[in-house]
Amino acid sequence: MNTPLSHYLILSALLFCIGLAGAVARRSAILVLIGVELMLNAANLNFIAFWRYGPHAEALTGVMFVLFSIAIAAAEVAVGLALVIAIYRQRKTAQVDCLDSLKG
Amino acid sequence: MPNDIAFYLIAAFTVAFAAAAMTLRRLVHCALCAAAAFAGLAMIYLQLDAEFVGFAQLLVYVGAIAILIVFAILLTRGDEVRPGHSQSSPSWMAGVAVAALMLAGMAMAILLSPSLQHPAPSAAVAPVKQIGGELMTRYVLPLEMAGVLLTGALLGAVVIAMHEESDVKQPARCPASKGAEPDEAMSLR
Repeated sequence: MNTPLSHYLILSALLFCIGLAGAVARRSAILVLIGVELMLNAANLNFIAFWRYGPHAEALTGVMFVLFSIAIAAAEVAVGLALVIAIYRQRKTAQVDCLDSLKG
Repeated sequence: MPNDIAFYLIAAFTVAFAAAAMTLRRLVHCALCAAAAFAGLAMIYLQLDAEFVGFAQLLVYVGAIAILIVFAILLTRGDEVRPGHSQSSPSWMAGVAVAALMLAGMAMAILLSPSLQHPAPSAAVAPVKQIGGELMTRYVLPLEMAGVLLTGALLGAVVIAMHEESDVKQPARCPASKGAEPDEAMSLR
């Protein structure tokens, strides 16, 4: 394990920015959701990397945080995709820039 | 040293598939590439000695979330690829520029910080038995809350996606009606 911690953080930053770019640039609501998931995974990678390189690895805090984060992400995706399907049924589209009825 | 090479290979794999997931045209391809990127992240967790998290990631993301996304794509077919119709929003360049600026800022902060350059301590193991013990003692309340949250999310997802006969069928007014036909737009509100 000679890889310095900074390389893991750079990888995480790359994944976060790819997810961010996709979430703000794509029109499909499902792809926006995938981008948000990528950003969440980048944060999880940071937790695991800091846990592994930190001085108190036996406390397992990073691992626990990521486990709960994965559980919450699963719940979030289920509700998010249900929302996308409900919107598609009502409006016959899932492109986020078409859903502007609340725009003044 | 082989461990380092493995890290760089897996990192390149993950970043390539994540970029493909955000740039490809067809939604199904994007979902499959995202699943591959999640699998790459699971490999990175395994490489970081977090076996349980790696397998949980594989089970939840590659096994469940990817399938859920593919189902949602199949259920919302029809507004996908139209010829001459852009897949990215009109101001996508601004979004990508913001993301690139953010990456530059974070990379500079990470590379300039001297405390992040040292290699890992040799011994760090997270045995599954210890994780289970912690979940049942110290983290038992968060575990119960996660169970309640998952139950609520399950019920909520079913209720939201359930078919209702009284659905107001509003036709898509996009993208042809951008700024056009104000009369119809007024009457719909």
